[in-house]
Amino acid sequence: MAKQNIELIVNGDRYTVAVDPWRTLAEVLREELNLTGTKVGCNQGDCGACTVIMDGRSVSSCLTLAVEAHQRQITTIEGLAPSRTQLHPIQEAFVEAQAVQCGFCTSGMIMSAKNLLDHNPHPTEEEIRAGLSGNLCRCTGYVKIVEAIDLAAKKLDPAGAKEA
Amino acid sequence: MSLAHFEVHQPTSLAQALDLLSAHRADARVLCGGTDLVPKLKAGVIAIGHLISLKRVPELDHVSFSPDQGLVIGGAARLSDVAEAPGVAENYPGLAHACSVMATTQIRHMGTVAGNIANAAPSGDTAAPLLVHDAVINVVGPGGRRSIPLADFFAGPGASVLDSLEIIETITAPAPQKPCGSQYLRLSARSLVDIAAVGVAALIALDGAGRVNRCRLAMAAVAPTPRRCPEAEALLEGKTPDAGLIAAAAQALSAASCPIDDVRSSAAYRQQMVGVLARRALEHSLKLAQGGAQ
Repeated sequence: MAKQNIELIVNGDRYTVAVDPWRTLAEVLREELNLTGTKVGCNQGDCGACTVIMDGRSVSSCLTLAVEAHQRQITTIEGLAPSRTQLHPIQEAFVEAQAVQCGFCTSGMIMSAKNLLDHNPHPTEEEIRAGLSGNLCRCTGYVKIVEAIDLAAKKLDPAGAKEA
Repeated sequence: MSLAHFEVHQPTSLAQALDLLSAHRADARVLCGGTDLVPKLKAGVIAIGHLISLKRVPELDHVSFSPDQGLVIGGAARLSDVAEAPGVAENYPGLAHACSVMATTQIRHMGTVAGNIANAAPSGDTAAPLLVHDAVINVVGPGGRRSIPLADFFAGPGASVLDSLEIIETITAPAPQKPCGSQYLRLSARSLVDIAAVGVAALIALDGAGRVNRCRLAMAAVAPTPRRCPEAEALLEGKTPDAGLIAAAAQALSAASCPIDDVRSSAAYRQQMVGVLARRALEHSLKLAQGGAQ
């Protein structure tokens, strides 16, 4: 079976790659494009470590075939920081709130947080927890991650923060 | 856990998709969200040579509601599309709830309502809320189109009357006849992410005198297929509803369930919870139909 030529638009960059049709987006991001920030945890859509944003919505890249992502707009963790010396406000918040322990879930957590805040800029704690329900962390107990996302919401829109 | 080898076809029209499906017949599967199929391919449970993806078929990618047409869900509409579509939460609150809480955010952005129905899992979360709204599955195949009431669609765990050469084109449900209330309640160990251990949907429509002119009760994860229970519905239809009748209908639904013991729950607990959820869903539906606060 022949490889298929596809165009991936990742973090604004266009890549033309020849991929086997059975390769997942997570595999192609990591192995062909060397974008290893996207992690593969369970590889069956349960843990959320592989979360990327495709056409404005968070998806599991381990359940997405790479050929299905042809010409879709993809954002990975590598695409968030505005420059090599600056972090995205969600990344800053994760550092400041000490929401990272081993770090394996962090890329997926941050991508899910971005999806949540893009659609709901001022989530309640309950909404944050629901927004993270597709991401597993085996270290932190989640409390500091929830705090980080609350902090990120305030950083992204200081004027719009709801009264607690 | 790398995937076995297959080809992926991405037709851009329904006609192309049907042709591809017919051309590859037993060696092909329809791919839409992929959230159930891809893990099965990885696990080697399914081995096929061709996947026919429906994600680039524009005729299938829509959801709409209007008082005349009712609800029309395209075969490729994602769970999150249905949850957010105008008119769905107001008129089909149980379906909107199912499409908002089942699985995970990522899966709801990928998985489709049609896929959830086509999988025919006994625990499929969209089935019970669609059953109480008398949903119809409209399929298209090489022989043309046919419409199958959802109540006649499932044939057993993982089995349905859908032919392997057919594609679900739309799922439709009539606009609810007002005044009406409905609800879907589900129980699972974690409450989010995991598969339902019990699901119950109810619908009550009232006539001008406050009598029940339509009652629907459906259950999931407690029988070989999601199913309605006409015996329980009949206990309320034509009657002026009260707590005793609601309790009797809830009890009848529980009695009609035939759950199994498995990793998610015990049969005894499930059977008891069918009654509890049915009573709550009927009470809530009645309150909504009577114009009470949600």
